[in-house]
Amino acid sequence: MNRLLPMKRLLIALFALLLAPVLASQLSAQDMLPPAPYAYKQLSDPEQEAKAQALMETLRCLKCQSQSIADSDAPMAGDMRHQVRTRIAAGEDPEAIRQWLIERYGDYVSYTPQVKPITWPLFAAPAVILLLAALLLRNRFRKGGKQ
Amino acid sequence: MIAELGLAVLWMAAALAVLQLVAGVLALRPEGRQLAGLVRPVAVVQGALVAVAFAALVSLFLTTDLSVKLVAENSHSMKPFIFKLAGTWGNHEGSMLLWVTIMGVAGGFVALIEKRLPENTLIATLAGQAFVSLGFYAFLLLSSNPFERLAEPAPEGAGLNPLLQDIGLAFHPPTLYVGYVGLSIAFSFAIGALVTRDVGPAFARAMRPWVLGAWIFLTLGITAGSYWAYYTLGWGGWWFWDPVENASLMPWLAATALLHSCSVLASRNALKAWTVMLGVIAFSMSMVGTFLVRSGILTSVHAFAVDPERGSFILALLAVYIGGALTLFGLRASTVTEGARFSFVSREAALVLNNVMLCGILGIVLIGTLYPLLTEAMGVKVSVGPPYFNPVSAVFAIPMMLVMGVGPLLRWRQDSLEGKGAARITLPVGICALLSAAVLLGVVLFAHHIKLLPALGLAVAAGLAPASFLPLRGRNLRRTPLPTWGMVIGHFGIAVALFGMASESAFSTEKLAAMRPGDVQQVGPWTVKLDGIGPVAGPNWTALEATVAAGYESAAPVMLHPQARTFSNPPGNRTESALKTRWNGQLYAVLGEEGDDGRWQMRFWWKPFVPMIWYGGALIALGGLLALLGRVAADIRRLVATDKIAYRRMKQGR
Repeated sequence: MNRLLPMKRLLIALFALLLAPVLASQLSAQDMLPPAPYAYKQLSDPEQEAKAQALMETLRCLKCQSQSIADSDAPMAGDMRHQVRTRIAAGEDPEAIRQWLIERYGDYVSYTPQVKPITWPLFAAPAVILLLAALLLRNRFRKGGKQ
Repeated sequence: MIAELGLAVLWMAAALAVLQLVAGVLALRPEGRQLAGLVRPVAVVQGALVAVAFAALVSLFLTTDLSVKLVAENSHSMKPFIFKLAGTWGNHEGSMLLWVTIMGVAGGFVALIEKRLPENTLIATLAGQAFVSLGFYAFLLLSSNPFERLAEPAPEGAGLNPLLQDIGLAFHPPTLYVGYVGLSIAFSFAIGALVTRDVGPAFARAMRPWVLGAWIFLTLGITAGSYWAYYTLGWGGWWFWDPVENASLMPWLAATALLHSCSVLASRNALKAWTVMLGVIAFSMSMVGTFLVRSGILTSVHAFAVDPERGSFILALLAVYIGGALTLFGLRASTVTEGARFSFVSREAALVLNNVMLCGILGIVLIGTLYPLLTEAMGVKVSVGPPYFNPVSAVFAIPMMLVMGVGPLLRWRQDSLEGKGAARITLPVGICALLSAAVLLGVVLFAHHIKLLPALGLAVAAGLAPASFLPLRGRNLRRTPLPTWGMVIGHFGIAVALFGMASESAFSTEKLAAMRPGDVQQVGPWTVKLDGIGPVAGPNWTALEATVAAGYESAAPVMLHPQARTFSNPPGNRTESALKTRWNGQLYAVLGEEGDDGRWQMRFWWKPFVPMIWYGGALIALGGLLALLGRVAADIRRLVATDKIAYRRMKQGR
């Protein structure tokens, strides 16, 4: 156990180092809040906050009924908002965060359907409907034009 | 006693529905002619009896008769009066009884007043109505009896979900149900017309008031439901593409298409098969909606019935009715001709495009709602949400709205957009189009943070709002018929609602803050100060209430009181947001939880022009109401005139 200690310390130090810029810029002025500070707190950079907001609106709150994590009081949604905001603040790409969440919770978490074999009918639907509509209309007017 | 009476009356009503169906079917054959006189009175009595059964259930809820299982499970003696009343239909059995009640009463009403249709078509219609009702009677009596007694009366009721204890939601389900059931009448008319092969303007005119009425109620129901979600859920969202919302939107889309094709059939005797088809689809969508909501296939506040037996029952009903209607349509469609022809530039063509686009949106919503259920059955859970529905439905909605600006100006049958006569259309429409283009350009130049869809929404709304008034140009406003006013106001309502939606997503400002009493925050143009937090109590809840002083720019502050309510029976929490509405938007304040450090989590939104969404919805319904009044008044005038002629003839002994 003693042998592990330095290793652990090293890890903690590394972790702190990684988070330092984030902590310095975002948390300095804040008093300590509950475990997930960014559940109910916006990022101070409006551009980053807008990015986080846009992403949160497309993620499903897994403990609620058809609500995104951006509109839920559930503690789990709060945790996920915290995750999203912290990662956006750390400069991660929103789509990378989505993929990370999908890996963790499955496709169900993303309101944006992922293009996969199982979802192709969803993306084919509008094209098929437009095609059908065009066929239907073309027939109508050709006949109609005769008169 | 009252429960037994209600059940007995319900059985009698069901028996009369059987009689109505059998007599109706037999009366259509030559050898059963003498039964024809029976159908109308039976329909009326059936409606009256089922209304008595519903009244019995209402009285059980109002007196909180805890020996009745349904009351004990869904009500509570301490609930305020209005929620005891709403509790009647705030549950599975009660809502099904409400459905069949509205259907019976509406059927009786048709039997009493409808005189235009050929008698055979009307009898077929009433038989169809009885056939649909029977399924629901069977459902109620065999698998969800609302009047079931408990062996031992319960000491106290279990109460109603706190989220549903809201005045908006008390009247949301009955409003939607009236809409659904109005569509069932349209469905029965379509069936009746298919059976007797008699699809024409008279059929469209008889059906139109029912479609209009249903459509008004659906519009109001959806608008109210959206506002309820907006202020109750506490995060400022007004539409979630939740399956339950979609379930109410799909019949609305179909009814909107039906409404428009009905007017083509009524005035031009065209689009016959298409109108009948839409009549079938509109009610099918109502049934699919009921199935989705009632079967428990969705996990949502609305899906209180988590009993697979009931789900399968409704699924079977769906298969029988929709399958049966489509089969009948398939058999008879070839004998129903499409009717009068028209050219590419004509009002009919614009309405056809509108119909096709509405059906396109309907298809998208249907697929997006059902597909996740399908993949779940295959073992993969996926979510389909706003990022799919918004852009994909816009693909259909935006062209439709563009055509909406021009369509009402076109002539029936054939028109031209070239030559000297065309300036009456191209000039004003051109100006509206320029307005749209200017708004789009303005967004691109000065507000490029606005995303594509809201930007398009703002632009289309800017052009559509003035364009919707163009049909009034050059008319004597006092002599303009009410249905024309209805169309103008309805279309204007679409523009207003679209503007509200686009503005909400383009310009909203959000502020989340942990505040101590005395703290000040800035939300858009508002300065908000948390003055204090104190306890308050209501009839069946207690709450923490924040006092927030909100000042718009430099004006004197107004006081807002957002609450966090705690309900005791059944236990639950609900945030009660506080809203301050100005002409140019709404301030939305929510009180969250207390942090460990004694600060309160407050949420604020400034949403410019967001109330326009619901004002728009109300305008659309008002447009429908004007059209309905105009049509009904014309019908009454015509009835009076024919009666007078008949009377004179009788007096002259002819």
